[in-house]
Amino acid sequence: MREKILTALGVGAGLYLLRNLYVMLLGLPDEAAQGAIYRIMFFHIPSWFVCFSSCFLAGIASVYYLVKKDTRADALAVSLTEICLVFCALGLVTGMIWARIIWGIWWTWDPRLTWAFITFIIYCGYLMLRGAIDEPSERARLSAVVSILACVSVSITYKAIDWWRTQHPSPVLSFRTGGGNIDPQMESLLYNNFFALVMLTVVLIAIRYRQEQDQREIDSIRRQIHALSN
Amino acid sequence: MNVFRHAVIIAGKDLRSELRTKESFNAALAFSATILILFSFAIDPFSDTLREMSGGLLWLVFAFAGALVLNRSFAREQANDCLDVLLASPASGASLFLGKAFANFMLLLLVELISLPIFAVLYGMNLMANPPLLLGVLGLATWGMTVVGTTFSALTVNLSIRELMLPVLVYPMIIPVLMSAMKLTTLLLSAATFTTGDWLWFRLLIGFDIIFTAAALALVDSILVG
Repeated sequence: MREKILTALGVGAGLYLLRNLYVMLLGLPDEAAQGAIYRIMFFHIPSWFVCFSSCFLAGIASVYYLVKKDTRADALAVSLTEICLVFCALGLVTGMIWARIIWGIWWTWDPRLTWAFITFIIYCGYLMLRGAIDEPSERARLSAVVSILACVSVSITYKAIDWWRTQHPSPVLSFRTGGGNIDPQMESLLYNNFFALVMLTVVLIAIRYRQEQDQREIDSIRRQIHALSN
Repeated sequence: MNVFRHAVIIAGKDLRSELRTKESFNAALAFSATILILFSFAIDPFSDTLREMSGGLLWLVFAFAGALVLNRSFAREQANDCLDVLLASPASGASLFLGKAFANFMLLLLVELISLPIFAVLYGMNLMANPPLLLGVLGLATWGMTVVGTTFSALTVNLSIRELMLPVLVYPMIIPVLMSAMKLTTLLLSAATFTTGDWLWFRLLIGFDIIFTAAALALVDSILVG
């Protein structure tokens, strides 16, 4: 049953993305100032939304693990962190492509870009730490601590770089500006693409979560066999 | 109050042991001096560029020297299972952490206070523009670096690749502290007047220290005991 739901959700996400691509490429006109490249924003902005949400949910799952010692929370935290990293990379790459066309450079030490890069490095450290610890409960406990501290540090860094002068465009979505900065059709497609990416994320997290649980089970069986054979 | 009494005892033990062996202190100091000398080859020693970059260069030195001190903090307790004995003692995890953090703070501050005049003499910097504020920035930033570093020193103590993991985890986390410290130190060394925007960096240092000290104290038992 769970398989079927996941497959349906995955197919639904794929179709939803296709529909969005159709509207994006054939339904909407080019933007007056930026031309065709503005369409990359329909992936860039939702990617960051998914990245933020995943890293904060991973932090919450880590707190839950430390309180309840529930290994499912640890599996969820690592799945969310990996998804966070994927979308962080997607956000960075799409942003860099946009910057190359609009600003003429791939990278600038703009606060938001810097923050995104730091976030990427912090969560790479989290995954490296997991790879360095063999004992499952120690791995879960220590990586939960890192995930919580990473969440705190990422928030503070975000605030800190907010004080720099930024080259990055200001927020355009109505819930941040009160409206009037973006065409309603474009804004609606942006939200549609966000929901499509969220559907895809849920499928990816569910698959990765199950892999993590299976891995734990295999490790446990391996340890039992090792103990019996000695 | 037992927490603080135990923390002071642990800090005293660590400082005594370090001052007798001087293993990480000497290494950190020698490292700082070498890098300070190497700057003269990288940048014209008396140019305005160096003045503009002074805070950044200094804090890079302190951050790397700090890793040498922090790496040894919990690792020195591994011999003869001393860490297990400390954990079995009546001292709580919080006192153990605070004691270690305080000892690291003192050592790192000492390295900084020795390196700073060397930097000033070699490159013609003025440290006397606002000494109390400079000391305040040094203290706050060093505590921020120490508290994160000590937390990760405890976290990585049992890893086989401890020396590799500690910098990978610590440096990205202390970026807010380093950013503020670099900005404020550059201003103080060039005797510039502080604007309202500059004070925000000072507040960031205070906020970072409070948040990370609280988070580390809340998580230290999970790190050390489980």
